[in-house]
Amino acid sequence: MKKNAPMTITEKILAAHTGKKAVVPGELIDVRINLALGNDITAPLAIQAFREIGVEKVFNRNRVVLVPDHFTPAKDIPSAEQCKILREFAKAQRLTHYFEVGQCGIEHVLLPEKGLVLPGEVVIGADSHTCTYGGLGAFSTGVGSTDLGAAMATGRLWLKVPESIKLIYDGKLNPWVSGKDLILATIGDIGVDGALYQAMEFCGEAIRKLPMSGRFTMANMAIEAGGKNGIIEPDEITLQFIKPRAKRHYKIYRSDQDAHYANVKEYDISKLHPQVALPHIPSNVKDVRECGKIKIDQVVIGSCTNGHLDDLRVAGRILKGKKIAPSLRLIIIPATQEIYRQALKEGLFEIFLSAGAAISTPTCGPCLGGYMGVLAAGERALATTNRNFHGRMGHAESEVYLSNPAVASASAIKGRICHPQEVVKKRS
Amino acid sequence: MKINGRIWKFGSDVDTDAIIPARYLTQSDPKELAKHAMEDERPKFSTEVKEGDILLAEKNFGCGSSREHAPIALKAAGISCIIAKSFARIFFRNSFNLGLPLLESPEASEAIKDGDRVRIDLNTGEIFDLTQNRKFFAKPIPPFMQELLKDGGLIPHLRKKGLKRKRN
Repeated sequence: MKKNAPMTITEKILAAHTGKKAVVPGELIDVRINLALGNDITAPLAIQAFREIGVEKVFNRNRVVLVPDHFTPAKDIPSAEQCKILREFAKAQRLTHYFEVGQCGIEHVLLPEKGLVLPGEVVIGADSHTCTYGGLGAFSTGVGSTDLGAAMATGRLWLKVPESIKLIYDGKLNPWVSGKDLILATIGDIGVDGALYQAMEFCGEAIRKLPMSGRFTMANMAIEAGGKNGIIEPDEITLQFIKPRAKRHYKIYRSDQDAHYANVKEYDISKLHPQVALPHIPSNVKDVRECGKIKIDQVVIGSCTNGHLDDLRVAGRILKGKKIAPSLRLIIIPATQEIYRQALKEGLFEIFLSAGAAISTPTCGPCLGGYMGVLAAGERALATTNRNFHGRMGHAESEVYLSNPAVASASAIKGRICHPQEVVKKRS
Repeated sequence: MKINGRIWKFGSDVDTDAIIPARYLTQSDPKELAKHAMEDERPKFSTEVKEGDILLAEKNFGCGSSREHAPIALKAAGISCIIAKSFARIFFRNSFNLGLPLLESPEASEAIKDGDRVRIDLNTGEIFDLTQNRKFFAKPIPPFMQELLKDGGLIPHLRKKGLKRKRN
């Protein structure tokens, strides 16, 4: 039997969804998608595009997911109008997966939690952080509203097969170092276009030990390096997460040993300490110990990047029995209702409230300067979010620093950016 | 297809928050979005830009969010083509899907200056700087993208192909 050319996990998933034995980087393909996602910012335009195509029904009412999460609960009248467009479309199309306020959450944490994305699938979403699902071994990528509109109508999407780059992380994680630090360090190394149009395959000993939350965080920020998708081969940790949630068949793909990569990078992470991305670009990354004394006005813990239960647990360990600096505002946003409930059950809210934090219902809110913590001119925030562009969280003259939840929590106590060890002597 | 317009020059890694800040994303009317295009980066842009003008940038133009409001805002403001050293992936897709042509030319990106008059032939990829009397050639637009431009974007393209309704 003739042996097929070796392929990466990304190439294998794309080939399987194109009805081909093999695909090669650079090839333009028409891909069958398993799931199409839109939110309250991008779906109204996608629905308009869908109507312009002239079809009546979406390709599959179980596979089009609408999550109004960015400006919800509606922050003003125009946002309420946008949400209404989604609600009415979902009803008219009898969509199975429309998430109203109260059952909602940040899309990229919500979908895996609900078992709506499984390993080996192809998912597109009109949101750049759709690449998050690579954390469980799916091919997922962000597109615009027109693409979403077309995908809702056809169940297909044109794509160029990306080249893959392999990022290997060896060594043991230091205390308070997480997936966020690995990806920030990587973006700092390769730049915001270091993986432009490419698939970023994360592997190595450190990745195998990362919990799902950390894997999602890494895949989530692949877009911050310009990547088309981030992906991690499924293993026992993935299956533990997937098995209780999966309601349909899925397939595990793995890269061939001799698959071709456009680039291979190896990182020894045993010397890595928590990282901070300074304004105004995610690649402006420094070791937290080299940041100097940067005073901050606001800390935000949440977002599709770091609003997981694990992230809140880390915050709880650091904030327990402590108070935040009096000059500072701490806003904590659990990513989904389920995380909210669990955090409440575990007593984390008591810790947060005693520390002086404001706790919000799930929303993207301040991450993109929407609401629920917008910055004034000259203000400075440290956030566990994903972007620190000019004006990202509010006024064009405000500043955003990015870090993991441990650094964010410790910094909220100190009132300035600091290493968690300054607040908690030993790792608990 | 021929384009003739004034150059508006920008730097590297211009992100979609700079092109259209999220505070304006509570609606999607192209005319409204156009009023705020590049607002924080270059406050007078939207009032001074004229129909047919050309945007020039360095590397990784349009990085960040997937918001299609970014190319919509630029197109509605009057921008007819964007030339850059490179483009962020989602912005690239979105622009062609909307029928807004993008050209990659590192040489043009370096040499052409803000305010120059430039003539572009999309069929050949020729970029002619009338102010400096210099000629550049962009990377050819892939055939599929050319088809999208010719049809006026992805939606008219799909309509032309006569997409039939697919059932569940």
